[in-house]
Amino acid sequence: MRTALRERAIAWITRRQPAGVRQVTLDRRCIYILPTRYGYTFAGVLVVMLLGAINYSNSLAFLLTFLLAALGSNAMWHTHRNLLGLRITRLPAEPVFAGETARLAYSVANPGRVPRRGLTLEAPGHPGRDLAVPAHGDTRVTLTIPARRRGILRPGRLRLHTRYPLGLFRAWSWLHLEGDVLVYPRPLPVEDAAGGGAPDKDEARTSRQPGGEFTGLRGYTPGDSPRRVDWKALARTGNLYVKEFHEPRGGRLWLDWDDLLAGDVETRLSMLCHQVLRAHGADLEFGLRLPGIEVAPARGEVHRRRCLEHLARFHSPGREGA
Amino acid sequence: MSAPLPEDRLPPHALPALAAALFIALAPHGWHQPPWVLSLAGVALGWRLLVHAGRVPAPGRWLLGGLTLAATGLVLARYGTLAGRDPGVALLVLMTGLKFLETRRFRDAMLVVFLGYFVVITNFFYSQEIPLALYMVLAVFATTAALVRVNAGDNGPPWGESLRLTGLMLAQALPLMVILFFLFPRIPGPLWSMPEEEPAATTGLSDHMRPGSVSRLLQSEAPAFRVTFAGEIPGAAQRYWRGPVFWAYDGRTWRAGAVPPAPPAIPPQADTLEHTVSLEPHGQRWLLALDVPVSAPRDARLTDDGYLVSREPVRQVIRYSVRSRPGAALEPLLSGARREAALDLPGDAAPRARALARAWRRVHGGDDAAVVQAALGHFRQAPFRYTLSPPPLRRDAVDQFLFETRAGFCEHYAGAFTVLMRAAGIPARVVTGYQGGTFNRAGDYLLVRQSDAHAWTEVWLQGRGWTRVDPTGAVAPERIESGVGAAFSGDTTVPAFLRRGGDWFGDLRLQLGLWQDSLNYYWNGWVLAFGPERQRELLARLGLDGTDWRALVGLMAVATGLVLTLFAGIFLWRNRLPMRDPLGRLQTRFDRRLARLGVPRAPHEPLPDFARRVTRERPELAGPVAGFAEEYNRLRYGPQPDPARFARLRGHLRALPGRGAALYRQFRRPG
Repeated sequence: MRTALRERAIAWITRRQPAGVRQVTLDRRCIYILPTRYGYTFAGVLVVMLLGAINYSNSLAFLLTFLLAALGSNAMWHTHRNLLGLRITRLPAEPVFAGETARLAYSVANPGRVPRRGLTLEAPGHPGRDLAVPAHGDTRVTLTIPARRRGILRPGRLRLHTRYPLGLFRAWSWLHLEGDVLVYPRPLPVEDAAGGGAPDKDEARTSRQPGGEFTGLRGYTPGDSPRRVDWKALARTGNLYVKEFHEPRGGRLWLDWDDLLAGDVETRLSMLCHQVLRAHGADLEFGLRLPGIEVAPARGEVHRRRCLEHLARFHSPGREGA
Repeated sequence: MSAPLPEDRLPPHALPALAAALFIALAPHGWHQPPWVLSLAGVALGWRLLVHAGRVPAPGRWLLGGLTLAATGLVLARYGTLAGRDPGVALLVLMTGLKFLETRRFRDAMLVVFLGYFVVITNFFYSQEIPLALYMVLAVFATTAALVRVNAGDNGPPWGESLRLTGLMLAQALPLMVILFFLFPRIPGPLWSMPEEEPAATTGLSDHMRPGSVSRLLQSEAPAFRVTFAGEIPGAAQRYWRGPVFWAYDGRTWRAGAVPPAPPAIPPQADTLEHTVSLEPHGQRWLLALDVPVSAPRDARLTDDGYLVSREPVRQVIRYSVRSRPGAALEPLLSGARREAALDLPGDAAPRARALARAWRRVHGGDDAAVVQAALGHFRQAPFRYTLSPPPLRRDAVDQFLFETRAGFCEHYAGAFTVLMRAAGIPARVVTGYQGGTFNRAGDYLLVRQSDAHAWTEVWLQGRGWTRVDPTGAVAPERIESGVGAAFSGDTTVPAFLRRGGDWFGDLRLQLGLWQDSLNYYWNGWVLAFGPERQRELLARLGLDGTDWRALVGLMAVATGLVLTLFAGIFLWRNRLPMRDPLGRLQTRFDRRLARLGVPRAPHEPLPDFARRVTRERPELAGPVAGFAEEYNRLRYGPQPDPARFARLRGHLRALPGRGAALYRQFRRPG
């Protein structure tokens, strides 16, 4: 019953504010406001003050009570205004490995001429971050969420809330920002994986020296791997040279799902992840084969990302939270 | 100690603000609390600030508990109770200090702020004067500013910003406050019985009269009450303000005495003067009115002796309307019992006075009025002096005064005269009240001060009833005609404010005093005395006569709704989406103005190009246009919006010839 209600509430909120956009501007339909418990306490204080004023027929006590009551109702508008018009933009997030902390960056822009203060941005279930946004300015804020499992981390509805300026009301808004973070598998050295037969075979594959025969030196260009720099030549000549190898056809390294004997899907992905990192670190040209997926051998940062993304997305439609 | 949740974290910059607010709110309690109460609270405040500065460790839970118990014990030891105004306030002051001492989290700080508001309100139970009210505006401001800073998050706002916001929010709260103040249904009287307070040291008439009891009031410049008349203001000699009437005399002191009731009389309704009195609190139940009142305001009654008595002691400023008829005959028929009471003298009192009275009686036979005139003549002819510092009277006060010292103030004359009358067989009694009053032109009312306190005699004459006789007038006629100051113009023993010299400084002081007093008058009328009665009057003036509380609630709801709707409308208009782009608006104004000046900017023309064109075509406009283009581009495409740059942008816009110049060109062009 409760979950059903909750689902319906979320559906309602979601209808009011479309999900999966990169930027939202908070208009007054998507800002909710309720008294905090301090607001209720304050109301109680006012009732006591009013009784005292009536009892002692004290005009100034009446005036103070009514001033504070008016101030309290005024605070509602100011708290509401503290969120109104804010534009929250999702900034690109770097993928992380499972077990690391995802860093979700947002930019909160204030188009108004009143500074916004005492704002908190939080993902459900995680500690929030306080922020303030100057007038006509913006502020960056980064939420950190532990990425526990491989796949796609969806932080879900973020909540931006505030009780500034008087703490008597809390205004909040749910932000449905597209915010998927790729979570690569946790790299798992094959030696550590369960099962004994694999290491030799795997070692044989990945410990191959940078492929091919040495064919000569060429001048260093930015982007070349430091591993290929001929340090002896540097010592001799004072110039940076890079060793070039001839890579024989068919000598490419294939990181293959089917070559791994051990474990369940996640373990295999973790091992493949480790291998991708090692191959990339050794600046090898390597390809990746997963069931139904084949990434042609290549090298470089883009290739590494592509491979890791395949590992992250493998059989993973995406998950809420982490 | 576990770290508080982020939700419950108190921004460190809020603590000094809280301490300052508490200090401001607590300080006035120094006037009426023992010094140690405020000192202890101050120590708690200072201690917490030292903890904040990292100088001393925070007190532990046990120490705080001990301090709380000790504070309660001290209050109990001083007052013997925790209930009542003074011990309650002492406890509140101490607990507020201690709560601040233990403030660590957001929750504590919020509680401290609420306690701060309580401290503010308790000040009003001691004084409601304008200066204190102004000071408390400051205290509310400081407390609210502290509340804003408590809620501002870790990167707290600059002081200027939080103070501006506080001022704005309080100013926006004013309309609703005014509506609630005037329209919230007022209920008369206390809701629960209050413990009797020690009578405050208020000045005013007392419930007895003996030598010195009226003249002590002459030391006080404080206002006793203020009166507005619906019509003509009675002349100076008619301004007798009737207070308590005394019958019983014990040889030295006059008191009300237990007098049998009078038969009901029909009060005259013709030739009455309607007037409204705004009476300062005096802690007693009588209400002053022009001699002789014939009607009683609500919650008061007219006694048989012709003065007004309120249902409750007057603890706040009250305002009431009353009708009086100067010279009205009171009690045309005097019952035997009352006659007896009005002739009663202690057996051994004033033998010489009795002898004198018997002599007058022998001369004038049965003519009471002639005896009265003879007595007044005696006061006029014998060397009596009207003075504030008469020689002390010891044995038989009346005889000593009449035949030896012959120097006294109005209570001496009224007392002695009444004794003489009674000795002559004429029923007589003492009336106390005030005589005179200063007309305040600024406020169109009469101000009657404590120093106008007076006492006179009433004698009962066959066929006329009780008749006012003022022996002081026989001795010092200027006292009645021109007020007490005139009677003492040369006497250096009276307070300076009574001696009206005529030097310009004295006149200025007098004038300023009157202005200040009219301010007090309106304050009293519209704020302090605003209760159920005044609310009815206000509604009647608005044409809502006889409104009951339900209608009042409705009216209040409608007015509140209107204000809130207006407020919401303004709010939504000012914050409508998309948020105004201030740069875009300025650019629109810039374009419009230049079009009027005859150089319209093409929509596709970038500002720098436009500026170059203007420099060629209209060199006299080049400066501001180029400046505007430069600042605009910096603001629009630069890294950080800089307020100073924004101001310069506006400056360039203003530097352009305005609407007037543009119109002038338009008119000149055809001709």
